Amino acid sequence: MSTARPIATTRSATGIPTGKLAVWWVVASEIVIFGGLLVSYIMHRLGHPEWAGYAAHTDWRIGTVNTCVLLTSSLFAVLGHHAAEKGDGKTAAKWLVGTAIGGMMFIGIKAYEWSVEIHHGFTITTNGFWSFYYTAAGLHALHVIAGAVIILIIAAGAWAGRELHRVELIGIYWHFVDVVWIFLFPLLYIAK
Amino acid sequence: MDTPLTKTDIEEEQHHHGHGPRHYVNIWFWLLVLLAVSVIGPFVGPSIESASKSVGIVFIEAWMVTLLTAFGIAIYKAYLVAANFMHLNIEKRYVTYMLLTMLIFMLLLFAGVSPDVMKHEGVQWRNVAAEVEVQRGLEETEEAEETGRDHPVEPVY
Repeated sequence: MSTARPIATTRSATGIPTGKLAVWWVVASEIVIFGGLLVSYIMHRLGHPEWAGYAAHTDWRIGTVNTCVLLTSSLFAVLGHHAAEKGDGKTAAKWLVGTAIGGMMFIGIKAYEWSVEIHHGFTITTNGFWSFYYTAAGLHALHVIAGAVIILIIAAGAWAGRELHRVELIGIYWHFVDVVWIFLFPLLYIAK
Repeated sequence: MDTPLTKTDIEEEQHHHGHGPRHYVNIWFWLLVLLAVSVIGPFVGPSIESASKSVGIVFIEAWMVTLLTAFGIAIYKAYLVAANFMHLNIEKRYVTYMLLTMLIFMLLLFAGVSPDVMKHEGVQWRNVAAEVEVQRGLEETEEAEETGRDHPVEPVY
């Protein structure tokens, strides 16, 4: 059996390793997805003054806690990257598990928040504001769930000392998910 | 043409990424501080507006404070994460140009669509449904404020 490394991890047409380049292209396409959604939201928000009244029902305290959780998970991801660069797979794996736990906490808090809002009658069909709210936050939550799953898979490999460069790649994706939330937070929770 | 990565390339990249844990913790701390400022901004906005007017500065309004603290700070927070956690500041320029191109697409979308969405009437058209929805929403909010109701329908128990 050949022990040669796959060509995709060793070649580089742009000076960037292929795997990392692929992640940057994922991020670029995600900018269009989330950017289109957020730009549409901003246009509607500016054209519908009544949305300020609807936005007053979102809970900024829960949004703030979730922002802290996501920022902290991003810190864990970059510390995992730092450990991976030093070749310390086990430490990198521990930080990645911490990152995934942060993601799960985010989803748990989000689930509680949504259950309260739905209980009060604010659903995705209530009006345009709540449609955007659930669509944007829901799409973001799906990205958090997918990221947490991939992080755990990469953590298992890192623990065994395999493919440590992947720690940086999933980190780039996770930080992007964090950046999306940095913009969602003021749009949905702060601007009343 | 594909160029194999050399050991020197990899070492150079690792050298560039040479931020230590202390640096990352510092960035995280400042992100939390900026988050606190963005949350506090809308609460202190009216006070800043009245205080500035009392000393003769008439152009500062509460919504400006919210715009600056919530969205201005969000942009700076995103920059901190992109530059320090994603290491975009030391990445090849190609990546920055690629991401900026996507952001320009968003501006094009806004420029092309916003007149139809943000305005409800034009030279030869009128969006009656949007006008009705705005009116209904404002009345509903006003009624909710008068009655103290905090939900659009009866809660489900």
